[in-house]
Amino acid sequence: MPRAMINVPAKAKRGEVIPIKTLISHVMESGFRHSSTGQVFPRDIITGFVATYNGEEVFRATLFPAIAANPFFTFHTVAVESGTIEFEWTGDNGFSGIEQAKILVE
Amino acid sequence: MLVPSAAATPATMQAAIASVIRGAKVNPGKIKLDIPPLVENGNTVPCSITVDSPMTEVDYVKAIHVFTEKNPQPNVVSIQLGPRAGRASVSTRIRLADTQTVVAIAELSDGSLWSHRVDVLITLGACLEDS
Repeated sequence: MPRAMINVPAKAKRGEVIPIKTLISHVMESGFRHSSTGQVFPRDIITGFVATYNGEEVFRATLFPAIAANPFFTFHTVAVESGTIEFEWTGDNGFSGIEQAKILVE
Repeated sequence: MLVPSAAATPATMQAAIASVIRGAKVNPGKIKLDIPPLVENGNTVPCSITVDSPMTEVDYVKAIHVFTEKNPQPNVVSIQLGPRAGRASVSTRIRLADTQTVVAIAELSDGSLWSHRVDVLITLGACLEDS
């Protein structure tokens, strides 16, 4: 599992809009770089990122090579109920990473 | 061996935008793309996008797309949102190969499209070669 950092508030009030920050370690090799001998470094990027809140999708991103290494996203969601927010990254060469965060909604 | 061309052109960016908007009219406004106007290192450029929307069940932002003019490929990121987001405000870090224009387009739930263009000056572009 690649290293991922997730920042989700542990507690929130019902209906509150909460910020979420995510970062995953990945080179995001663009496929546009080449070595001094002219050999192209093959593309190896994360292409998809999805956040689901108790099974329901709340955020989805399609990534292209123009996303910097170690893709970082901040976004928001409404704290509707206590439960789990799951983050899934997918990419080239069968890349896959999943992280979870618990949230308590009062 | 096929070496990818060094840069997208404003024309390829227009083509990429056209594939998203499918002939609809794009209006200026409602969306704000926040990128520093002068960037030293094109390898990681902070980029945040905010859309002026109440984000309710009937009026929300469906998608946000970001495009560049002179990167090797015009697409940067496409984001799908919904009323569950609560606030249409997203940020990430992008690569910019050269001084150029970056365009963000928001698609709202009523089908309308809004855009914001920003000119960014890059001192050191994101590398296209091993160095």
